[in-house]
Amino acid sequence: MTSPRQTVDADTIVRRPRRWRWVGIAAVVIAAVSVATNFITNPNYKWDVVGRYLFDPRILNGLGTTLLLTLVGMVIALAVGLGLAVMRMSKSGLLSASAGAYIWFFRGTPVLVQLILWYNLAIVIPEFSIGIPFGPTLWSADTNSLITPWTAAVLGLSLNEAAYLAEIIRSGIVSVDRGQTEAADALAIGRATSFRRIILPQALRVIVPPAANEAIGLLKYSSVVSVIALPELLYSGQLIYSRTYETIPVLIVVCIWYLVVVTVLTGLEHLLERRLGVGFTTGGTTSRRWSRWLIAKR
Amino acid sequence: MADREALIRLRNIRKSFGENTVLHGIDLDVHAGEVLCLIGASGSGKSTLLRCINHLEVPDSGRIYVGDHLMGYEERTPGRLHELSRRKVAAQRTEVGMVFQHFNLFPHLTVLENIVEAPLRVRKLDKSTAIATARDLLQRVGMSHKENAYPRQLSGGQQQRVAIARGLAMRPKVMLFDEPTSALDPELVGEVLDVMTGLARDGMTMIVVTHEMGFAREAGDRVAFMSDGMILEMGTPTQVLSNPVHERTRAFLSKVL
Repeated sequence: MTSPRQTVDADTIVRRPRRWRWVGIAAVVIAAVSVATNFITNPNYKWDVVGRYLFDPRILNGLGTTLLLTLVGMVIALAVGLGLAVMRMSKSGLLSASAGAYIWFFRGTPVLVQLILWYNLAIVIPEFSIGIPFGPTLWSADTNSLITPWTAAVLGLSLNEAAYLAEIIRSGIVSVDRGQTEAADALAIGRATSFRRIILPQALRVIVPPAANEAIGLLKYSSVVSVIALPELLYSGQLIYSRTYETIPVLIVVCIWYLVVVTVLTGLEHLLERRLGVGFTTGGTTSRRWSRWLIAKR
Repeated sequence: MADREALIRLRNIRKSFGENTVLHGIDLDVHAGEVLCLIGASGSGKSTLLRCINHLEVPDSGRIYVGDHLMGYEERTPGRLHELSRRKVAAQRTEVGMVFQHFNLFPHLTVLENIVEAPLRVRKLDKSTAIATARDLLQRVGMSHKENAYPRQLSGGQQQRVAIARGLAMRPKVMLFDEPTSALDPELVGEVLDVMTGLARDGMTMIVVTHEMGFAREAGDRVAFMSDGMILEMGTPTQVLSNPVHERTRAFLSKVL
């Protein structure tokens, strides 16, 4: 028998064996190796064909269309979504309810249906005019000349997306403590300035992660516009393999481009999140740089 | 006790939230340079009264004058008060600084940016003047060494001192304090009260809702005891805190002293 030791700092800690972790690692490694071997050795992927189509002008055109659709769609959706969010929070029952009705309709119906409806708008409304109801017409045009596949695609995607973003933006604004508005009011900061300088920067912290998710979602489901014959990335690929029957290699090309864009978007999101997180995390490096920047600009 | 010369004049202020009447026709005058402490149990209406003064809370009836301004309204014809635009209310608010229980600093801005925000955007001061003023104020509240810190990196006491500097940066005629030390750890209360005592000594007009009877006694020119939406008793700190007339004042003081 030994007596209790007086000094304990020389003890060696023997780690508990993590057996299941090793089982997990082994399983993942085996799976990864077999997938990789398949990619390399299986001739059916036709990597040479993939290489041939990766920078094919038709694919790149499709990619451009997809990027433009996503960008324009997202910008319009953010603007409309912000408007809807503000309406939804209005004390006026009418404004709040109409924003609610918009969100109810556009979230409640499939975007595919909305696209087809927009594209066929001329069936319901043959002529589009701006004027005073029951009064003179100021401007009018044939609906078919206004609704091209492009306008139908942009309308369909952005108006649908706006309904989702409205709720995301609203939740972000609501998450900012009421005391912030009161402090801004007490300092006589006007309503617009207070929203732009005080509320929005804090709300964006909450808005950006789900909104970036939506942007990535929009990037991919913009492929549904193929139903109205707009050749974006996926449809451009489909046009190629419907003639050459090189289905798998072309789809691989399409996936590679989607992954590239999503990777870039994710990187941008992280940058944005880090910038918006200033003051909320304990890190002090960025903080000092910002303040120096403010002072340097005097 | 109507007094045309007072800086702040409250006349018959009534306010209810739904069924619950919070203020039962308050009359109050505060002179320039005076420090008035509002005491009373929670729910007695002190914070609501304070928030009415800068129109964060809109009274149901009654008038509030800060200097020559009738807060929130314009009396175009006698007896008819027209609501002012937000812009004009904001202009009136520049005369009134406010410090909140929970500081309400802007968390995404540094200490210095918090202080210069309103002077730059509301007063339209140029940047160097605003920053110089802000640095003077930070020195006054003993926070010069933290001008580049973010609010979350500061203790509660430090945040509140910055909040006081932020309020002062607009050069208000009166400062309102809404329980400025109630959210602080006990050991941090002193540093905030010291700053406030300094302000009082420098002649700032102050209305302070507080539970700190020591501060009321030392820095207050007058103390008002509120109960159920009325000012039950008002006088010098000695009168109200040491020789209260009213039974309810005595009962309240016996609990907090």
